[in-house]
Amino acid sequence: MPPDVAGQVIGRDGLPEGARRAANRREFLRAVGIGGAALCVPGLLAGCSDNPSTAPSLSHVLGAVGARSSTPAVMLDFGSDLGVLNYAYALEQLEAAFYTRVKTSFPDADMDGHEQNVLRQVWAHEVIHAAFFKAALGAHAIPALTPNFSAVNFRDRTSVLTTARTFEDLGVAAYNGAAQFLASASYLTLAGKIVAVEARHAAAIRGLLFGDRTPAFAGSDVIDSHGRDRALGPATVLEMAGPFIVNTITLVNVPATMA
Amino acid sequence: MNDQSLLSSLDPEIGERLVRRDQEIARGASVGRVTAAGLAMASVPVALAALSTDVFAQGGLPNEVVDVLNFALTLEYLESTFYNYALSPQYHVVPPQDAPIFQTIQSHENEHVAYLKAALGDRAVRTPEFDFSGAQGAHNGPFHDVFFVYDKFTALSQAFEDTGVRAYKGQAPFLRGVKPILTAALQIHAVEARHASAVRRLRGNFQDLVPNRGWITDNTTDVPGTAAVYAGEQNVFQGGVDILALHFRTGDATEAFDEPLTRAEVLAIASPFIIP
Repeated sequence: MPPDVAGQVIGRDGLPEGARRAANRREFLRAVGIGGAALCVPGLLAGCSDNPSTAPSLSHVLGAVGARSSTPAVMLDFGSDLGVLNYAYALEQLEAAFYTRVKTSFPDADMDGHEQNVLRQVWAHEVIHAAFFKAALGAHAIPALTPNFSAVNFRDRTSVLTTARTFEDLGVAAYNGAAQFLASASYLTLAGKIVAVEARHAAAIRGLLFGDRTPAFAGSDVIDSHGRDRALGPATVLEMAGPFIVNTITLVNVPATMA
Repeated sequence: MNDQSLLSSLDPEIGERLVRRDQEIARGASVGRVTAAGLAMASVPVALAALSTDVFAQGGLPNEVVDVLNFALTLEYLESTFYNYALSPQYHVVPPQDAPIFQTIQSHENEHVAYLKAALGDRAVRTPEFDFSGAQGAHNGPFHDVFFVYDKFTALSQAFEDTGVRAYKGQAPFLRGVKPILTAALQIHAVEARHASAVRRLRGNFQDLVPNRGWITDNTTDVPGTAAVYAGEQNVFQGGVDILALHFRTGDATEAFDEPLTRAEVLAIASPFIIP
């Protein structure tokens, strides 16, 4: 596994984290590792090259220093496919963390065995999604985010299933709204492979929550009059996910009309 | 007889198109304008070149996008007609307790047809005729009792929905030229996935045990004759990453990702149900 060099990390004052710590340029460069062994650690989706558009920028590298913060701020650049994939990775991290909490809370919770079985399956998929993005993004991956589940009662099936339903529906809407930003056909296909599973999850969770033999699996609260699931822009999605993520996430290069 | 058969309206992606020139000419079937011009030259390579879709229609959608949407529309015609038959008063195949599920699916499929027809305008293909027994018009195929035996109906419903998900996914890259349409296709794709999840779970009486989970485990299916619908779903290599090397179980790993189907693969699945 390549070393986990974080994505672009910006301190709260807007300056790259590393800049504030270095006394002088040479010390700074040494602190972030430039000038030693090759910094560029290729992820599986993006190799390193002399091409400025694919080589990691200085701000990518600064993440290694900024990662000292336990909840580093994160920037997602939608002008780049890697930014879009990191956006997906952020949401998968959230889901993975949520279902991990759900699973570890099973002994104290009031879901029945069948429901726990379904939730375990969903947990496995979300953890796989997150692990996949982390492996595939490699050096370009954002750091581990810190979730906030204080609003969830993990002992209560209604709270758990309602939150699960929210995350799954939101995940579908997020992928649907982000796909148009992807330049690569293979990344688009990857997103499609995952969003279909999130939609299957959403249908199943809604069945558990509202009744399996009801229309809730594809309710009119999420499906419009043309039979389309929601597509939400990244700013809207991050606003909705915001209460569940401690880290500050900044979006760049998202046109206002697509936010 | 339809003016445009499904196959003649398709964009000839080289290597994927099912060319049926001989049958088209023998039947004297009227075909699309451009196809006829190509066929008249009696030279397959030239015919295919004449059908090149790099040309933008004047003031309208690019030809490639039109072809994809017509392909999607044809599948939506298939699904909507299927459910419209099944839920019509002449058949009583769906028990009342499950009617809400299939009525929900039915209404969506009809909405998809309307939406795609509106998007295509006068370039929309007409609906083919269907043989839901799976015998291309002979009406004596393996699903001849699909509107009488509930298990056959739910099995075919599942196959259509899972195929629809994989079909939309396979076509999405070809819609990148018109972003609102790409987005709409993905929005529909997600709804088909919800349908598939509900029908799959229903078929296992909502016990969520393999092979009747809402998600597809390996290439497993309990519906005879549907191997093609699930072929490839056992894939564990995603974006250059070996999911098993991340120490996950095979079943979970294959469930976590749905796989696309090419247009040719979808046609191979759907053709038995379409009367040429």
